[in-house]
Amino acid sequence: MSGGVDSAVAAARAVEAGHDVTGIHLALSRNPASYRSGARGCCTIEDANDARRATDVIGIPFYVWDLSERFHEDVVEDFMDEYAAGRTPNPCLRCNEKIKFAAVLNRALDLGFDAVATGHYAQLRTGPDRSIEMHRAVDHGKDQSYVLGVLDQDQLAHSIFPLGGSTKADVRLEAAARGLLVADKPDSHDICFVADGDNTGWLREKLGDRSPHHSGPIVDESGEVLGEHQGSYGFTIGQRKGLRLGVPAADGKPRFVLDIEPVSGTVTVGPRERLAVDRIIGRSPRWCGTVPSRLEGTVQLRAHGDEHRARVRVGSAGVEIELLDPAYGIAPGQAAVIYDGTRVVGSATIAGTSRAS
Amino acid sequence: MPEDPVYLDHAATTPMLPAAIEAMSAHLADVGNPNSLHASGRHARRVVEESRETIAQALNCSPGEVVFTSGGTESDNLALKGIYWARQAADPARTRILTTSVEHHAVLDPLLWLVEAGGVEVEFLPVDRQGRVDVEAMRDAVDRGPGSVALISAMWANNEVGTLQPVQEIVALAAPHGIPVHTDAVQAIGTVPVDFAGSGVDALTFTGHKLGGPYGVGVLVVRRQIEVSALAHGGGQERDIRSGTLDAPAIAGLAAAVELAVKHQPEHATRVAALRDDLVRRVVEVVPDAHVHGAPIELGAGARLPGNAHLGFPGCEGDSLLMLLDARGIECSTGSACSAGVPQPSHVLLAMGCTDEAARHSLRFSLGHTSTSADVDAVVAAIGPVVERARAGSRRSR
Repeated sequence: MSGGVDSAVAAARAVEAGHDVTGIHLALSRNPASYRSGARGCCTIEDANDARRATDVIGIPFYVWDLSERFHEDVVEDFMDEYAAGRTPNPCLRCNEKIKFAAVLNRALDLGFDAVATGHYAQLRTGPDRSIEMHRAVDHGKDQSYVLGVLDQDQLAHSIFPLGGSTKADVRLEAAARGLLVADKPDSHDICFVADGDNTGWLREKLGDRSPHHSGPIVDESGEVLGEHQGSYGFTIGQRKGLRLGVPAADGKPRFVLDIEPVSGTVTVGPRERLAVDRIIGRSPRWCGTVPSRLEGTVQLRAHGDEHRARVRVGSAGVEIELLDPAYGIAPGQAAVIYDGTRVVGSATIAGTSRAS
Repeated sequence: MPEDPVYLDHAATTPMLPAAIEAMSAHLADVGNPNSLHASGRHARRVVEESRETIAQALNCSPGEVVFTSGGTESDNLALKGIYWARQAADPARTRILTTSVEHHAVLDPLLWLVEAGGVEVEFLPVDRQGRVDVEAMRDAVDRGPGSVALISAMWANNEVGTLQPVQEIVALAAPHGIPVHTDAVQAIGTVPVDFAGSGVDALTFTGHKLGGPYGVGVLVVRRQIEVSALAHGGGQERDIRSGTLDAPAIAGLAAAVELAVKHQPEHATRVAALRDDLVRRVVEVVPDAHVHGAPIELGAGARLPGNAHLGFPGCEGDSLLMLLDARGIECSTGSACSAGVPQPSHVLLAMGCTDEAARHSLRFSLGHTSTSADVDAVVAAIGPVVERARAGSRRSR
């Protein structure tokens, strides 16, 4: 329970469904004071207290589990390594894969619990072959199946998502009706361990010598130097804002980040059409159930991103995704989550893309 | 959750005694600031002063030595900072404070704050494996420069492991040099005999809610001859060292609780110690490698608080045990404080020489005036399966 409205209502619904529920708040910072202050996301003392009050309203026990070491190793270190390598990671997926539905779930199972219930917006159903299927939430604006696309069948079999059939608006109303004072708490959007949402500033401070280049050239596709940057980790493929190029392009069109080369520290920019991608190679695939060999479905390539029609082939080289229409600004390191209709099939980390010719 | 929890966390807070509730309730509707001069004020003042006399009589101090505060933390802060500042102002050579390495955070943290503010050197003297401070080390520290010691603070009884400290011996080594001694007796009043004048200490902290009185009210008993600088400035209501309108109803409740707790201390201690001994013996029968931390209970009433059973369960995480017992309606503690609920290894157990792991596998059961043999039965019935579960949990996390 993060201290927010979703996990509080999820807990209350789990109790009503007849489960014996215990509230768990995760302490993920090795030094809580160093994380953001104010009740905005998770991990602050205020958030822990909000969660504790919610459990008292619901009438269930409450504990704080200290998973800060695991979180640092599995999520924060990975986040830094990925940026240092010029990629754009999604730490929420890592946290779900390694922390919430692994470290927490395993400890809970050992202590005699049967499942982890969270406030994620996604739906679980039993499929025709008795396996557990995960589907997009009813509230498409809040759907979080993307960040859960890393869960395998075993993890799904021990998961409960009580909110998947509701809209956020209904959840807020229900929280208020239940007397949960977190009902009006704003949603969290930023990365929980980055204070103020200042990703670049955080990376500059934490990466230190791990990033080979704290500055480097910004070039166009011909190699002409257009400007300087203060660290390639401050850029994401497809980024348009914050390039600080004094001179406009000759054709007057906006320029976007096309490539980040961390070894030389070179950031390449160019026009939007050069971002078009129609082939994606994914690594480290995670499958929710049976591994498909071939599939025609859709892929989602970033959190809250669009669905793209795609043909997916699983081979020895990884997951090959062929997009039927080109996509723009696809950043290596993000997850490609594969859907068959509303059902999540699995996911892979984007390793490489190739441009439509 | 079960309707009636088995409450074995009396060292954290203990239920109010019915007589204290009655005494407090009797004044809740009264108007009157004890410092006002009219009839209502005089009535409130009378409640406060009669309460002060009741407390003084119970603890063998004079009424003028009883300074009302908001509780243990304020009393400790007032004693440590207030006496240090006054002693320092009188002689700038007094730059050292001696204390034990097992104090409550209400003593540790003000001392660390004084160190950070500059000019003070605090020596945290070692304890033995039972948690008893090394008196010879304390003596050596004094002898290295008696004139530079501003203050000694040593708790009467440890809140986590229940070990009683040799306060008399500390007073004996401090007195020849005129060094004032403060003691945090929050856990001691009503559980072991405490005689302020007889003990020779100069300042003593206690609080209402640990002895059957209300929350939010406590006392610093401090000798008249001891100079204490004020922390919070205002009306100077309490001897000019503590300001703030006195809470007459709470003070009446506190006095009623102190009077009863001290009066019934001998039979209370005997009854609770018997329950505690039964609990320890039967838990060890179920979990053979469980062991007592702190002074061995065989040493008797002079070594350990009667209601404290601090037990180590090898191979378990203390917070897993706590959670699993809570789920069965049994409420106890890991004994260490935490702000966001994140368990930290106890500084007390670490000071006693426990490894980090041993410091984490502990539980504190603390019995009090409402404890019964049925509570003990409930723990004995639950502890076996709970320890088994917790062991499974910590094996995996390794």
